Amino acid sequence: MSLAFSEDTRARHERMLARYPNREAAILPTLHLAQREFGHLSAEAIAYVASLLGFTPARVEGVATFYTMYNRKPVGKYHLQVCRNLSCSLMGAEHLIEHVAGRLGVRPGETTADGKFTLSTVECLGSCGTAPVMQVNDDYYEDLSEDKVDAILDGLR
Amino acid sequence: MELVLTTHFGNERYRFAETYEQLGGYGALRKALSMPKEEIVAEVRKANLRGRGGAGFPAGVKWGFLPKDLSRPRILVINADEGEPGTFKDRLIMTRGPHLLIEGIAITCYALEAHTCYVYIRGEFVREAEIVQEAIDEATAKGYLGKGILGTGFDLEVTVHLGAGAYICGEETSLINSLEGKRGWPRVKPPFPASVGAFGLPTIVNNVETIADIPWIVTHGGEKFASLGVEKDGGTRLICVSGPVKKPGVYELPVGTSLRSIIYEHAGGLRDGKALKAVIPGGSSTPVLRADEIDVGFDIESMQKIGTMAGSGGVIVIPEGTCMVRALSVLMNFYAHESCGQCTPCREGCGWLAKVLHRIENGQGRNGDVELILEVCDNMLGRTICPLADAAVMPAQSFIWKFREEFDGHLREKKCPYGNRF
Repeated sequence: MSLAFSEDTRARHERMLARYPNREAAILPTLHLAQREFGHLSAEAIAYVASLLGFTPARVEGVATFYTMYNRKPVGKYHLQVCRNLSCSLMGAEHLIEHVAGRLGVRPGETTADGKFTLSTVECLGSCGTAPVMQVNDDYYEDLSEDKVDAILDGLR
Repeated sequence: MELVLTTHFGNERYRFAETYEQLGGYGALRKALSMPKEEIVAEVRKANLRGRGGAGFPAGVKWGFLPKDLSRPRILVINADEGEPGTFKDRLIMTRGPHLLIEGIAITCYALEAHTCYVYIRGEFVREAEIVQEAIDEATAKGYLGKGILGTGFDLEVTVHLGAGAYICGEETSLINSLEGKRGWPRVKPPFPASVGAFGLPTIVNNVETIADIPWIVTHGGEKFASLGVEKDGGTRLICVSGPVKKPGVYELPVGTSLRSIIYEHAGGLRDGKALKAVIPGGSSTPVLRADEIDVGFDIESMQKIGTMAGSGGVIVIPEGTCMVRALSVLMNFYAHESCGQCTPCREGCGWLAKVLHRIENGQGRNGDVELILEVCDNMLGRTICPLADAAVMPAQSFIWKFREEFDGHLREKKCPYGNRF
């Protein structure tokens, strides 16, 4: 198997394991670590997590596929996740999604040819008072307008 | 006006232990550690503190469901999986006042004799989780968490656990399964988590805001907290206002504040001189209100009396000119996406509600579609393990009951009179 955690991640993983009474509870946190380390959760990454924790790959995959944040396919360097729920829709999210899609030349769910941006629409991000909202990797961008989104995308080159 | 939580939220340093202490923080923990445990629980009961996550169950009563014997270790789990559309208050607490939550955790665990706490934070809240973790580290360094808290024999370990994108994990038994490393499928109750919860141990699951209220209750007493609210529903609560109002945001207000004043005074009324069409008062799962129904106190029982719920305090303001079919369609896409798939009525029902609404909105509705939706709702309501199906049905039914003409209009005209967009 070629995939493996770096020394640093391995140490973090060991510290994390100590917080739980069994290895099963470490499946979600380990998948998070694996996604950060490997970019997405390929079949190989799932198998690596399974071997680290002592479960079958099927078991780990069954958990991973339940949760939307685990990417089974590669995503771009910047993962743009635009909320499409009601508060954001009332504040213009539909137009914003069209705008971003048009600018990048992709539809929601697709990645730009240069591998830089993946556009996703997501359900409520829990920031409805500053709608419309987009999450880019770990960060929220709030109170968005088309101009603001353009400036953000320009900064992510 | 007496505030319980947000007094210092404007202070950017309040999230750090040093400033929190200077402003009186951790005084309640010191006081609690000198109180008999049962007295703390009694104060919380007197406070009439109702769970702020949506169900509104009295916190002190929930705590009372723990088995009396201490042979099995107890666990406190904080539900920070804030995901109910329209709700964004726990995020505010975690970023502006994380030590309120941590002090509340320490007091609660001491009172309940729990030595382990997991804070289950939704996976998208990466930055929020970092702030909470930083606060936990500070509190541990200062002796408020960890071994022998403040020189007593009380030990407590607090762990942040990130979710991974599943609305259903806000339901407490689903959250427990997720914490255990499983799919977030709700469990059949009984047994209730208080007897068999996380890792098979007695477990209490409480919302962030609920626990953040605890230090104030210990400092000022349960009766004082109760007196801030209304009968059987004490304190203040964080009301989230979203939609096209002049000042969207989180407002801490006494329980029972009128919904009209929340929208028109606190949130400044609607933008651009628009009229109000409808309000979803307590998060997307609560039945919608018409504009003429907002003279109601924002408390659990008053909301119940008019057929809706205070829920998680997520007020979504819908202006005149909004297509209610489209609005409901957006919501049903959400429930169809988030149904965990375990129970057939929910898995199939949410999907059908979304599909039928989509075709009505897009001018392809068939005669009888509105009746079809209501029939599907009847086959979902109360027929599933958890309340997600009910959470989809409540908006679906209420939108149709209160705005029926819009649904019929779409069918009659074979198109959306509002131009098929927001």
